[in-house]
Amino acid sequence: MNYIYPEYEVVRNHSRCITCRACENQCANNVHSYVECENRMESNDDACVNCHRCVTICPTRALKIAKTDHVFRENANWTGKTINEIYKQAQSGGVLLSSMGNPENYPVYFDKILINASQVTNPSIDPLREPMETRVFLGSKSHDIVRDAAGKIVTETTPQLDLSIPVMFSAMSYGSISYNAHESLAKAAQKLGIYYNTGEGGLHEDFYKYSKNTIVQVASGRFGVHKDYLTAAAAIEIKMGQGAKPGIGGHLPGTKIIGDVSRTRMIPEGSDAISPAPHHDIYSIEDLRQLVFSLKEATDYKKPVIVKIAAVHNVTAIASGVVRSGADMIAIDGFRGGTGAAPTKIRDNVGIPIELALASVDKRLRDEGIRDKVSLIVGGSIRSSSDIVKAIALGADCVYIGSAALIAMGCHLCRNCQSGKCNWGIATQMPELVKRLNPAIAYQRLVNLISAWRHEIKEMMGGMGINSIESLKGNRLMLRGVGLNEKELSILGIYHAGE
Amino acid sequence: MKRVYVNEQWCLGCRLCEYHCAFANSKESDMVKALKNKRIAPNIRVESKGNINFAVSCRHCEDPLCVRGCITGALQKIDGLITVDKERCIHCYTCIVCCPYGAIAPSDDGAIQKCELCIKNNNGTPACVRGCINQAIVYEER
Repeated sequence: MNYIYPEYEVVRNHSRCITCRACENQCANNVHSYVECENRMESNDDACVNCHRCVTICPTRALKIAKTDHVFRENANWTGKTINEIYKQAQSGGVLLSSMGNPENYPVYFDKILINASQVTNPSIDPLREPMETRVFLGSKSHDIVRDAAGKIVTETTPQLDLSIPVMFSAMSYGSISYNAHESLAKAAQKLGIYYNTGEGGLHEDFYKYSKNTIVQVASGRFGVHKDYLTAAAAIEIKMGQGAKPGIGGHLPGTKIIGDVSRTRMIPEGSDAISPAPHHDIYSIEDLRQLVFSLKEATDYKKPVIVKIAAVHNVTAIASGVVRSGADMIAIDGFRGGTGAAPTKIRDNVGIPIELALASVDKRLRDEGIRDKVSLIVGGSIRSSSDIVKAIALGADCVYIGSAALIAMGCHLCRNCQSGKCNWGIATQMPELVKRLNPAIAYQRLVNLISAWRHEIKEMMGGMGINSIESLKGNRLMLRGVGLNEKELSILGIYHAGE
Repeated sequence: MKRVYVNEQWCLGCRLCEYHCAFANSKESDMVKALKNKRIAPNIRVESKGNINFAVSCRHCEDPLCVRGCITGALQKIDGLITVDKERCIHCYTCIVCCPYGAIAPSDDGAIQKCELCIKNNNGTPACVRGCINQAIVYEER
């Protein structure tokens, strides 16, 4: 007996349905079927994951998905969601799994922060008429002016990443997302003059041609790490944690470790790819420092090293330690960061909001006089150009976007990546599904998104009378809070609107 | 000359091109009205076997066998485009037999029908190309 009533219903307007059967053909969950004797389509709501593939391709707009109005007896404590979770676990005996970012109703601080603009006494700038700089360099900045024996200033810096706009595509491994999704991200990064991140699944041999725009990741499973992988990249990222699942590792099931995924990860076909929760050689900042310098040594000190951590309660102290480990950049991933699969309760209950983590880390590093030694990259649900402007003003040097990039490529946030049957060809390794994502289309959509955001960022900067993103960095006077209490304002380091 | 080409790599076999083609040639302005409860006879057809799908329509050959075979001059090659003059077609179907791609078929009125790149139905770009959800069907110079 199945206790669970489907959450969503496929609503078909039969007067508009021309029975072309495209919905049936394109649904990997076999929701739709054709009833020949009645020349009519039917749907099985039980199998629907609400990914909108059928709705989007239906040529006559005959389909939509509706939330069911079937309800439990009202109860503010025992919600339908909670009851269904118990049914699921009582049935399966297993851990609840979920994908993408934390969807629960926690405060989104970006939505409680407002941006300033110039009026009368300080002129705003029109970005269409005047130059406006969005280029940034990421890496450790030299603190002192150093002269050589002849008295000439030494201009060599530690290795830097050069970005046309402070946005990068965050780590999504080949395995968790498809070959075509990876190619789209890589091509878009190259076109935009930014970087994408391989995630922990290694770098497919076909993508070495994009290596100038590639950040390679070294995670606890060390999948796909070898000398060429490290030297090919523009930067190396050590993944200590992930916002969606701080404190735990990853598990890519053996069914996805086939062909190229197995070769790229350098593990046998069909074996489970298990990333341990900790790096088994890192139990202290000193251990982390060893790995940072091992990687620098292996790459001749030509590649900046990023250390990625999840935003957790003691993030400020951890970040301070990471700076001292010799990292060139710290990436902080907030609790709304996405994932291809995580235990639901961890995704929804562990970690802290990125806005608070960013503001407190930036302040701590400035207080300790070590802010120059690293660049701060933040991720974990950067959703728009205004989120980027607010993050930069709170002290970030750059942002990582993952979910937003996937959405641009076609993801509809149905949050069923863990099933491996992504109807949009993104979070799947099934060849017939992967081909649904044509990189020629997806790459252009990514380029369009970031180009649009660049226009908006310039408009917002111009409005503030700022003509370079460097002048916005950490400029918290450009922000005001609304509906925030004293404690929240003090952590964010901003005034309340009206002050 | 620009032609309709299909990239097998991206063809999903969804058959939407067939419906867009049928709609474009239906003289109706609403797809539902044009195609609801109708058997469609499109000028592009998706061939499928296993996971391989490929939409096929008239290749507008350099040296078209159909035009050579046509005994009345109903089929003509004008600026590279092979068009049908339905008035002159005597339903002998020699062209259907000649075409190595199976891209010509008899229409409901008996005369043959084939892809004419949507130039006669005022679609601008061919409807199959515009309706393809994965840019598998392209209209380009090669």
